Amino acid sequence: MSVFVHKHSRVIIQGFTGQHATFHAEEAMKNGTTMVGGVTPGKGGQEHLGLPVFDTVHQAVEQTGADVSGIFVPPPFAADAIMEAIEAGIGVVVVIADGVPVQDMVQVKRYARDHNTVIIGPNTPGIITPAACKVGIMPAHIYTPGRIGVVSRSGTLNYEAVQQMSALGMGQSTSVGIGGDPVNGTDFVTVLRAFEQDPDTDAVIMIGEIGGQQEVEAARWARDHMKKPVVGFIAGVSAPPGRRMGHAGAIISGQSDTANAKMDVMQELGVHVVRNPALIGETAHRVFS
Amino acid sequence: MGRIGDSHVNIHEYQTKELLRSYGVPVPKGRVAHNVDNAATIAEDLGGERWVVKAQIHAGGRGKGGGVKVASSLDEVRQHTNAMLGAHLVTPQTGADGCLVQRVLVEQASNIEKEYYLGMVIDRASQRITVIASASGGMNIEEVARDTPEKVIRESVDPAVGLMGFQCRKIAAKIGLRGKQIAVASKLMLALYRCFRDKDALLVEINPLAEVDDGRLIALDAKMSFDGNALYRHPDIIELRDFDEEDPKEVEATGHGLNYIALDGNVGCIVNGAGLAMATMDAISFHNGKPANFLDVGGGASPEKVGNAFRIVLADPNVRIILVNIFAGINRCDWIAEGLVQAMRDLNIDVPIVVRLAGTNVELGAPILEQSGFPFIMADNLDDAATRVMATLGASS
Repeated sequence: MSVFVHKHSRVIIQGFTGQHATFHAEEAMKNGTTMVGGVTPGKGGQEHLGLPVFDTVHQAVEQTGADVSGIFVPPPFAADAIMEAIEAGIGVVVVIADGVPVQDMVQVKRYARDHNTVIIGPNTPGIITPAACKVGIMPAHIYTPGRIGVVSRSGTLNYEAVQQMSALGMGQSTSVGIGGDPVNGTDFVTVLRAFEQDPDTDAVIMIGEIGGQQEVEAARWARDHMKKPVVGFIAGVSAPPGRRMGHAGAIISGQSDTANAKMDVMQELGVHVVRNPALIGETAHRVFS
Repeated sequence: MGRIGDSHVNIHEYQTKELLRSYGVPVPKGRVAHNVDNAATIAEDLGGERWVVKAQIHAGGRGKGGGVKVASSLDEVRQHTNAMLGAHLVTPQTGADGCLVQRVLVEQASNIEKEYYLGMVIDRASQRITVIASASGGMNIEEVARDTPEKVIRESVDPAVGLMGFQCRKIAAKIGLRGKQIAVASKLMLALYRCFRDKDALLVEINPLAEVDDGRLIALDAKMSFDGNALYRHPDIIELRDFDEEDPKEVEATGHGLNYIALDGNVGCIVNGAGLAMATMDAISFHNGKPANFLDVGGGASPEKVGNAFRIVLADPNVRIILVNIFAGINRCDWIAEGLVQAMRDLNIDVPIVVRLAGTNVELGAPILEQSGFPFIMADNLDDAATRVMATLGASS
């Protein structure tokens, strides 16, 4: 089946007529995505890429049966666009924008709590179920259909891992970029749960970064609830600690969120940890075969 | 500055206090001074018998580095100011080189009865604004949090309604405030929260929140940090930004749309994407190399942007080799390659360059480099790139 998006997903793009959105909508269609239209306020009634343009997401859903939306609006307008999609009943919202204000996302998360929408991003290359559905800006040609789930915070590091997999003949069920922002729509645990339940996923590669504890929480969840193996990597072993301001950050996190500290805990929790990012594919190949 | 991937803007203590004062948070009487005479005049204007002279740099831990001094006469105000201005103040949060002090805050001294801690932060775990408070304020708050976590109160704020009065009373009672102090503290917390929300703050910290001898609660020290991605709606905060507090090369890089952080190794790195840039540094470190920098050229890297990246990396005299690692998604390898060739023509580059290209248009990019006549060292993948960097460095040393 895959997770979150699949070949029956009906996709719209918010900010449809913009330059980037246009380019990536065309790319998605070439990759087999069922694109059913788009939204650009004020341009309702027009046609773009042979598809209908609507003024509101509500109209788009009503008339096309869309259930997935790719949001390509600039960061200042992202929160409003996400809530519009949620309110219109969209099931999966993918937010590409890099630079959405954190407090906007705090509001969005609260709004989303009373709905069943999955928010992917912001600051993500998107999500792809190879050759079936692509919502995002990733280069489709590096992905191949397969049975391994990939979930990452970083975009380009996701590409890196996927290429290493492809070189060894491993394809992906779905690849999810959850985004690099401190407050994001979907966390690692949610994606791991989806992969665990997906009959077409056999194993998972999880790629995190310094900062926060969500990879550790995901590893703990995996130990308690997952039968499928997980290979993990955390980027930033060589990153400097950075100049700090005040104590609140240290107080709130409570435990060390350096790359090595997180990988040590993940390893104890049963994740197959890769210490060298150049060997993610090789490690996955060894563990999964 | 700050951590890789974070986008935030810090301001000085005196600016934070002015902002908090405008929201009704009580702060000591004081003003900023740029020279010794100025400091003495301010102290005289403020009146009283004791003053505090505080070095204005963005890093914390100033008390431990000698950046906070009490003066009992105008002469002492002059002496302390003179010692601080122009000096590099080293604190546990600055690094070994310290920060240049260009201004001091002169305040009336307070008679402190008790020190509390009060902070607000965006908590990654709860994904909400969280209030942190403790009866054990002061310089050792991190140790308090680590050794006796029960002494640190946390209260997360429901974004639908904002911080509520009952939450403030709960926090106040838990840190041991009694009687009318509970209402006073609640009013202060609500004002602080309003400021945090209005200005898109990522962090505000009052440490100590002092109870003084007349019973008032005052923000004796205050720090604030703002969301760089929300500055477009806060022109007043943009005005407060002090570029002298930021690394000039990092500021220049930001101006070119590049994210650069200087490190102390000798392998210059030019990469797209923060995650891949970190992983590239990690791969070099894994091979016992030392990265000279973090540099993310971002999406949509034009040939000009690549040229600017080279200029910034080469400005570091420690750089002995450069690794360019591009995995093009939204980028295009042919554009990156053109930028590389152009940089070789324009700049006097005398260090070896290892290039790894992958992703969009790689079949167009690689021939451009090969046909350019420049001695690029081509790598097939990340491991190959790190290996070639170390082999080349080893051969040339």
